[in-house]
Amino acid sequence: MNKTVFFGAVAVAGLAASMGSAATLDDIKERGSLNCGVTTGLVGFASPDANGVWTGFDVGVCRAVAAAIFGDPTAVEFVPTTGKTRFTSLASGEIDLLARNTTWTFSRDVDLKFDFVGVNYYDGQGFMVPKELGVSSAKDLDGATVCIQTGTTTELNLADFFRTNNISYEPVPIETNAEAQQQYLAGACDVYTTDASGLAATRASFENPADHVLLPEIISKEPLGPLVRHGDNDFGDIARWTLNALITAEELGVTSANVEELGAAAGNNPEINRLLGTEGELGAMLGLEADWAKNAIAAGGNYGELFEKNIGENTPIGLARGLNAQWTDGGLIYSPPFR
Amino acid sequence: MTSITDPPQGSFRPSMLINDTRYRSYTFQAIAFIVLAASIGYLLDNLFENLAAQGLEISFGFLAAPAGYDINQTLIEYTSQSSNLRAAVVGILNTLLVAVLACVTATVFGVLAGVLRLSNNWLVAKLMAIYVEIFRNIPVLIWILIIYGIMTIVLAAPRDFRGDDPAASMFLGLAAFTNRGVYIPLPQFTRGFGAAELGAIWDWLLVIALLIGSLIATRFVTARATRIQEATGIRPKTLMTNLAIWFAPLILTFLILGLTFEIPALRGFNFAGGIKIGAPLIAIWFALSIYTGAFIAENVRAGIQAVSKGQTEAAAALGIRPGRIMSLVILPQALRVIIPPLISNYLNITKNSSLAILVGYADVTATLGGITLNQTGRAIECVLLLMLFYLLISLLISAVINVYNNAIKLKER
Repeated sequence: MNKTVFFGAVAVAGLAASMGSAATLDDIKERGSLNCGVTTGLVGFASPDANGVWTGFDVGVCRAVAAAIFGDPTAVEFVPTTGKTRFTSLASGEIDLLARNTTWTFSRDVDLKFDFVGVNYYDGQGFMVPKELGVSSAKDLDGATVCIQTGTTTELNLADFFRTNNISYEPVPIETNAEAQQQYLAGACDVYTTDASGLAATRASFENPADHVLLPEIISKEPLGPLVRHGDNDFGDIARWTLNALITAEELGVTSANVEELGAAAGNNPEINRLLGTEGELGAMLGLEADWAKNAIAAGGNYGELFEKNIGENTPIGLARGLNAQWTDGGLIYSPPFR
Repeated sequence: MTSITDPPQGSFRPSMLINDTRYRSYTFQAIAFIVLAASIGYLLDNLFENLAAQGLEISFGFLAAPAGYDINQTLIEYTSQSSNLRAAVVGILNTLLVAVLACVTATVFGVLAGVLRLSNNWLVAKLMAIYVEIFRNIPVLIWILIIYGIMTIVLAAPRDFRGDDPAASMFLGLAAFTNRGVYIPLPQFTRGFGAAELGAIWDWLLVIALLIGSLIATRFVTARATRIQEATGIRPKTLMTNLAIWFAPLILTFLILGLTFEIPALRGFNFAGGIKIGAPLIAIWFALSIYTGAFIAENVRAGIQAVSKGQTEAAAALGIRPGRIMSLVILPQALRVIIPPLISNYLNITKNSSLAILVGYADVTATLGGITLNQTGRAIECVLLLMLFYLLISLLISAVINVYNNAIKLKER
């Protein structure tokens, strides 16, 4: 009987998936809101504020996509997902877009049948230790107990790093960031490892952030980006070009402050005109209104604004732009042209 | 006189499938079976069609690929380069370990609490009632979290043992209770047979053989004492002989083999040496034991109360003391009532052990159904294997206990 129930559940999930992948955009429009998968709570990237309103860098991407589709950045249902549940949620059609600092890897893209629509944060895996341990390098961590979030690329990187350096460790697999934080603070593990941005965000929420240090080693490449289901390329294009619009907007100096003004009438810069829909028909090609990109930028600002507002140097998380600066400033953030 | 008439011997008509009670039940069973089979077939067909539509297929090839992750408690050799299958086996062994440990302790807790709940001492009886009611009415998931949370917060971190004036110190200098686990001394033989790993196994086999030998010898001594008692009426004293048979060869062997204890010591980040019993194992083991123990206590109480009070009174009239009445008269009869529900409690323990991932214990749900599932994305295959494992292990437990139940049940001829 258990088997029957299981197959039933799987088949129902499969059914839902097949319906979902037919035309995601139509489903979203019919529903009136975008279902966006985010973390269960990582300050700066996605967390509900005191009023229960989701804010953060990844949330910004969700809101921009919703604004591009509906012209309304609040037309989003946020679905908290763990490292384990996120892919099932996306594959089954429970969410349309997953913006949950997810690393773009070959197997996720090819084998799990997802499409990454770009990279919104170039990250790498780091280590955080209490200052009192006096550790200055990850190579000194022989024999340490390490807290990891299970179901992420980090546990594979960690195994590889310790193996190549021929040192031992003891893993403590943990489901969510909040639990990991608790274990780490209680001293049940010596080290907490995850993406460096996540470590910075976690440390910012500690009572005494200064008592903890991030080790200099970054042991992996973690290009984090939003992803959609494989097979619905139309919706994938919307997500991809919304992200690109935010990036291009920063490059061209379009901000949430001046986007209304620039988008009101065609100006001198043809690329801004095309981006904001005052020239050409880029919106119609996507199946959206002409002012889709204008709405997306107005939702939370361009890429740089989102970064500074949520995780930048003036926030408690205090991340420098680094690799995530525009290509014109020596970073890797680069959008294909709007033409 | 008699008017028994045979049923009409008419030929079979299709309408009899509904109207005739002899066939009606078959008709409905056949219909139910066809509906069930059709719906399963429909769902399966849907599953495969949708998988095909997404370009996915069922394949177990991932089991041979390297797992890529490390596991914190492994009963067999395992590295991150071992296969996913081996990771699953590691998880299975961990599941079985915690299930066996919890079944044993839950039975001990349950029998104690069940017997004491019937105690004449008001305080003891009420305390046991409180234990039973509190523990079986709060979900086991919460108990696991509570116990693990308390362990993590209350016990000292290994780093507290460091320094000239440490915040925590080892128990009697032998064992360390930390929030990562309990470290106890590891017995070792300095002059054992052979070398290294394999030698130690032979040493322990020798010790086990000695213990079995001692057991046989003491039984022989006891049997001889009974024989003498029946012949002469005087029972010779066997206590000292039995103690000598148990301990003399053992101590001698330990001396010859050079038994020493490796005391755990703080080295680097953690204690090293000795035996480590991880905090996750302790948390899940203890939580499952006290939770299921409360259920078993009620079974035991029911079993005892099912034995007629006359039995107790008769035994007391024969001059048997209360403790022996319980162990010799009441419990053997009560077992017939206790064993069948005990099976389901053991099954519950085994199945509830799948909550272990909650505290980071690497059972089969955590390895095969957790990390492997996640890293390979083979959800259907992993869940199928998991179901197969839990089904097999549950059926096996049922079978074993049923054999035991048949052995002790009332023999009717």
